[in-house]
Formats: sequence, structure tokens, C-alpha cells
Amino acid sequence: MTDQMMSHCPLTPHLGLDVAASLLLAVAQQKNLEGYVGFADLPNQVYRKSVKRGFEFTLMVVGESGLGKSTLINSLFLTDLYSSEYPGPSHRIKQTVQVEQSKVLIKEGGVQLLLTIVDTPGFGDAVDNSNCWQPVIDHIDSKFEDYLNAESRVNRRQMPDSRVHSCLYFIAPSGHGLKPLDIEFMKRLHEKVNIIPLIAKADTLTPEECQQFKKQIMREIQEHKIKIYEFPEVHDEEESKLAKKIKDRLPLAVVGSNTSVEVNGKRVRGRQYPWGIAEVENGEHCDFTILRDMLIRTHMQDLKDVTNNVHYENYRSRKLAAVTYNGVENDKNKSQLTKLDTVEGISPLAQMEEERREHVAKMKKMEMEMEQVFEMKVKEKIQKLKDSEAELQRRHEQMKKNLEAQHKELEEKRRQLEEDKANWETQRQLEQQKLDATRTLEKNKKKGKIF
Amino acid sequence: NVRVAREVGLFPAPGADFSYVGIDAILEQMRRKALKKGFELNIMVVGQSGLGKSTLMNTLFKSKVSRRSTQAPPEERIPKTIEIKSVSHDIEEKGVRMKLTVIDTPGFGDQINNKNCWMPIMKFINDQYELYLQEEININRKRRIPDSRVHCCVYFIPPTGHCLRPLDVEFMQRLSKVVNIVPVIAKADTLTLEERDFFKQKIREDLRAHGIDVYPQKEFDEDAEDRATNERIREMIPFAVVGSDQEYQVNGRRLLGRKTKWGTIEVENTAHCEFAFLRDLLIRTHMQNIKDITSSIHYEGYRVRRLNESNAQSNGIAEHDVSASEI
Repeated sequence: MTDQMMSHCPLTPHLGLDVAASLLLAVAQQKNLEGYVGFADLPNQVYRKSVKRGFEFTLMVVGESGLGKSTLINSLFLTDLYSSEYPGPSHRIKQTVQVEQSKVLIKEGGVQLLLTIVDTPGFGDAVDNSNCWQPVIDHIDSKFEDYLNAESRVNRRQMPDSRVHSCLYFIAPSGHGLKPLDIEFMKRLHEKVNIIPLIAKADTLTPEECQQFKKQIMREIQEHKIKIYEFPEVHDEEESKLAKKIKDRLPLAVVGSNTSVEVNGKRVRGRQYPWGIAEVENGEHCDFTILRDMLIRTHMQDLKDVTNNVHYENYRSRKLAAVTYNGVENDKNKSQLTKLDTVEGISPLAQMEEERREHVAKMKKMEMEMEQVFEMKVKEKIQKLKDSEAELQRRHEQMKKNLEAQHKELEEKRRQLEEDKANWETQRQLEQQKLDATRTLEKNKKKGKIF
Repeated sequence: NVRVAREVGLFPAPGADFSYVGIDAILEQMRRKALKKGFELNIMVVGQSGLGKSTLMNTLFKSKVSRRSTQAPPEERIPKTIEIKSVSHDIEEKGVRMKLTVIDTPGFGDQINNKNCWMPIMKFINDQYELYLQEEININRKRRIPDSRVHCCVYFIPPTGHCLRPLDVEFMQRLSKVVNIVPVIAKADTLTLEERDFFKQKIREDLRAHGIDVYPQKEFDEDAEDRATNERIREMIPFAVVGSDQEYQVNGRRLLGRKTKWGTIEVENTAHCEFAFLRDLLIRTHMQNIKDITSSIHYEGYRVRRLNESNAQSNGIAEHDVSASEI
């Protein structure tokens, strides 16, 4: 090894080994080293860091109700995401398509995974299913937008990745082919998310029916030019054989089960029928193990990468191109942050400055407008107050007049009363005199002046 | 001949009661007449695409009800039905002839917008009633009006395991007003036995909640005996069926079934699925009842509607003035 290196690189006898090593790296050819440098430990460092950080994965399940989506999720991750206390969306009938998220944190062997399952209850259940894919598209776009905003922020310390990394689409096992709804949905979503089509409830089909059904589906997918998730090219001979085997069995026919049954003394997940037991993890019964291995064990990182590099970038370039195309006549609804990007020629900083100036000018204008409005309102209010004051004054006058009149009346009455009283007094006196007179007469009579 | 005559009841046995008149001989006369005339039954299968309707039709003919019927050409895979197709078979058993017609419909509910997907089916049913009505109001009527009315409609429910879908509810509500509906759970080999019971219960609740009257209708039970039999049937509705037209060797016998990697599902085994019950209900026990209800209730309803709307003059015709006795 060392002789080879010496012969190819004449500098080695004169320079130190580490410099030579760096030179080799700069030339970027494959060379072998004299001794142990230590960068072979890099994967371990990455590994340790990732383990500490944890992984995130978002999986979306789409399909009509009753196709076994919740059961499959439970079987895949061996946890009861939908248990009897929190029944899955299928048990409640929805009128419109909803998009529901449930998060669960799974730990295994020191590695933790924050798994988000996005469910779409109500999809394809109504009589009229036009545009039932719209809530799904909106959800995916909103997640992309969140990530775009987070990426464009000034402070990017925390960037949670809640983008949808893969979408499992459940096809009903009719045995005839894809339904128009399936085709429409996949055509609209194949550019936004990794679609993995699955044949649900595959224990309905005999092996021959399953083969024909799969062929029919793949034919229709190619006919409509739908781009489902494709396995990446691998250089390793053994892995490529495996990948080819998976490709032949697409779309995967799966069976899920919440219950475990006893088979040959072992407890496995399966479904018990009077004529036999369909095992979930048996490769001859269904393709569940292939799905699980592919989704979790081998291709999870690739799914995330494709989402990041292909789907997200598509979204981003489309969104930003649309924004800058509109130019100045942008409506105020577009978020300010998404305007930050290059248009041919203008540097991002200059663009930013311009945007900022625009923004400031707009704010000023708005401020002025608001002030005007405010003044106008104040004037109005003052006018109103004046009016009401005048009104009150008038009423006050009125009431005073009333009071005066009443007062006069009262005075009049009192005078009258006094008069009457005086009259009555004089009369009383007269009466009294008369009474006295009669009394003295009586007395005199009594005294004996009786004749 | 004297012995035969005595059995038939024409001559009383020596020492028998002389007050015997012989009215019960009418049963024998009716039987002979029915033998000569033969029976007709029209069944229609309705449901979403891919639920096994065409397969079930073939199963019905291949199973023991039609041992001597003409063998349908064996097909590898039944293609998708795109138009309404009628298949008739003449079956004979013990001297009784029956013409069994099964009407296969294309799957509905495939499109994205399925509003009014029931229109073609309703139109077909009403067209059959119309044909019969036209024959009936003819001045010169045929002695025997060919009966192509749909006597019974087998409605296929997809085995979701949860509850009835809005499309199924809509469809059944409309159909139950014009024809006898027998709901069945299609592709029942998807469900385990517990799931099957739960699903049936949910379906029965849903049918009650939406006021869908399936066959046997409660209001047409004539007496206690009928009610008892029908109650037993009502507890089993909807039947969980599995269809297959391929035969496999099981325990040395050739049986209709489906072969999977974990076992073979036998179609006629009542422990596996309820196809045998459905077939018996339709053909062996309740055939006459189905036909009676179709002709006296559903057809009459159609006739009333039609005659009322056709012209103002026929308002004078009383609806109860039914002269022809349709059987």
C-alpha cells in the first residue's frame, strides 16, 4: 500500500504524512493511507449526534374508510395508536374530509423517533367526492409553507421538520383495477409527496387474483404517468437484487391485525378465520414485512431526503417564482417573508432593501390613512356631543318653564287657600260670637230670669 | 286405478266417512297445473364494482340448485360488467320446471361524483313494470303475460366492517320502495367471525335508523307462523356471502371454493359463509312469497302511480277495481 502511494505521489518522501493525506483528499482520488488517520470514525460521530437529536418522521395514510388503515398503522409500529379508549377516525362517520394528526414518541435501542401520523377520515366516503383531495393538498402545502417560513427566518435555531415524508395510499381490493378517484388523487399528489400505493385487506384475494390485480394497477399507473415512490439505485449487487424483488411486487398487498393468534406454538399477529389463519408477518401470505422493512428499516432516510430535495424544492421554486412574477401588485395577503429570493440579476440583499423600503413606505401610508380616519371620527364625535348638549340645554329650558308654570299655579292655589282660610276664620268668629250670645242667654235664663 | 283414485280422494275408502266431499283435492289440481306451467323467478344483483356480483351469479348456477342446468363456459377471470346483462337458466327438479333469470348490473359508485348513479338501475326496474303494465292494459291480452319484473334485488354491501356508507343508504332507500331488497355482505372472507357479527349488528341498526325496509318486510307477515320464520331470517340479515365458480378438491370431494395460502374457503359450507342460506331463502323457501309481494305490492304501487299520472280521464277508474289476478 505504502509503495503504491510513494510511486504515485512524489511529494510524500519530503512532506509530513498528514499534509500528504490532505493533498490526497484535495485531489479526490481514491487512495489508501499509510496509517490510521481517524476520520473513519466520522459515521460514528454522525450516529451519536443523530441518536441524541432523535429522528422525526411524518407518515400520511389516505384511503376510504374501512380499508384497515388504523389497523395497519398499529401493526407497523407495534403500538396501539388507536386503542379502544381513543377509537380511530373510522369509527366516527364524517361529513367532510378532515385531516387529523397524531404524534407519538417511540423509543427503541436508545434511538427515539417522533412519529406523526396524518389521517384523512372521510376521504372518498360521501356520495359526491369531487375535490375530496383538496384538504389533503392544503395540508401538505401548509406544512411546506411552515418549513419555508422557518427556513427564511432570521433566527433559525429550531427548525422542526413537520413536512409529510410519505403517503400510504390504500387501494380497495376490488380485483378490477384503479378507481377514477384513485387516479385523480395520485395524479394530483405525486408531485407533492412520496406516494406508496398499497392494496388493502389483501386477504380478500387469492394469489392469482392478487398477481393480476397488481399487474393491472401498475399498467394503469404507467398509463396515467403517475410517479410513485421509486427505490433509489444501489450499487451493491446484493441490495439491487433486493430492490428488484421489491419492484416486482409493487404495489404491496398488505394485511394488518390488532390481535395476535397462536400458530405452531408461537404468538403472532394474524387474523383467525374458520378456514385458517392469515399471518401478518408471513411473507407468503402478504407483503407486510416488505413494507415494514422498506418504510422503517431501509428507506426511511431516503424518503426524507427525497421529500427535502425534490418535493420541497419543487414547492419552493414554484411558490417563489409565482410571488416574484406578480411584482409590485402583490396583494397584502402574501406573507412578507416569502418575498425574499432572487430574481435574475438582483442580489438578494438589494432586493431585501427594496422590499424593506417598500414595506416602510406602505406602513407610513397606512399610518397616515389611519390618522385621517381617526381625525374624521373625532370630528364626528365632537359634533355629536355638541348636538346632544344643545338638545339637553333645550330640554333644561323647557323643564324650567314647566316648573315656573307649576310654581305659579301653586302660588295661586295657595292664595286661594289663604283667602278661604281667612273667610272661614271670620265666619268662625261670627259663629263663635253667636254661640257666646246664645250661651249667655241661656245662662241668664237659668239664673232665674224666668218669667 | 281404484286405489289411485282413492288416494286422490275421488272414491272414499270402504268404511270411510261418507260426509267427505273432496275439496282438498284442489291442492292436487293446482299442483298439476303448476307443474305444467312452470315457475319464473327474476333476481337482480346490484352493488359497487368489484364486489363479486358476476361471480356470485355463476356460483348460484353452478351450485346444487342447478345440477342439470347448462354449464356456463368456464372463464379464467370474469371481466368488468359494463351493461345490464340477463342470464336465464331452465332448471328442472322432480318434474317441477323453473326459469331462473339473474340480471347482472354494472357496478355503480365508481365515479368521483356518484350523484344519481341509481338512475340506470331504477329505470331498468321501472321499465320491466312498464312492459308488464302495457301487456295488461292491452285489449287482446295474451293468456300468459311473460313476467320479466324483477322479483328480488340482492344488494351487495362492501365489507368495510364499520357501518353502511352514505351511498349504500341512499341506494337502498330508493330501491326498497320499488322492489324487494335482500342485502348481503360481499366478499365475506375478509371478515373474521367476530367482525362479521359486529358488522351485521351495525348494519341492522343503520337500516332501522334510516327506515329501510328489507325483505322480509315486517308489515307483510300474515300470521304468527310466518312471523316466527321471518324473525329468524331477519336476525341473520344481511347474509355474509362468498362467491366462487372454481372447484377445488377438499377432503376428496370437489367443492366450489377459494384457495388461499392459509386455507380453502368452501362456498357451500355454512360454517364458512352464508351463501347456502341465501340460496335456500331465494329459491327453496321464499320464492312464492317474494313473487307475491312483488306483484301485489310493488307492481300495484307502480300501476297506481302510472295510471294516475297518465291522463285525467282515468281518474274515474277506482284503484281497487283490479280485475286480473296476477300470480
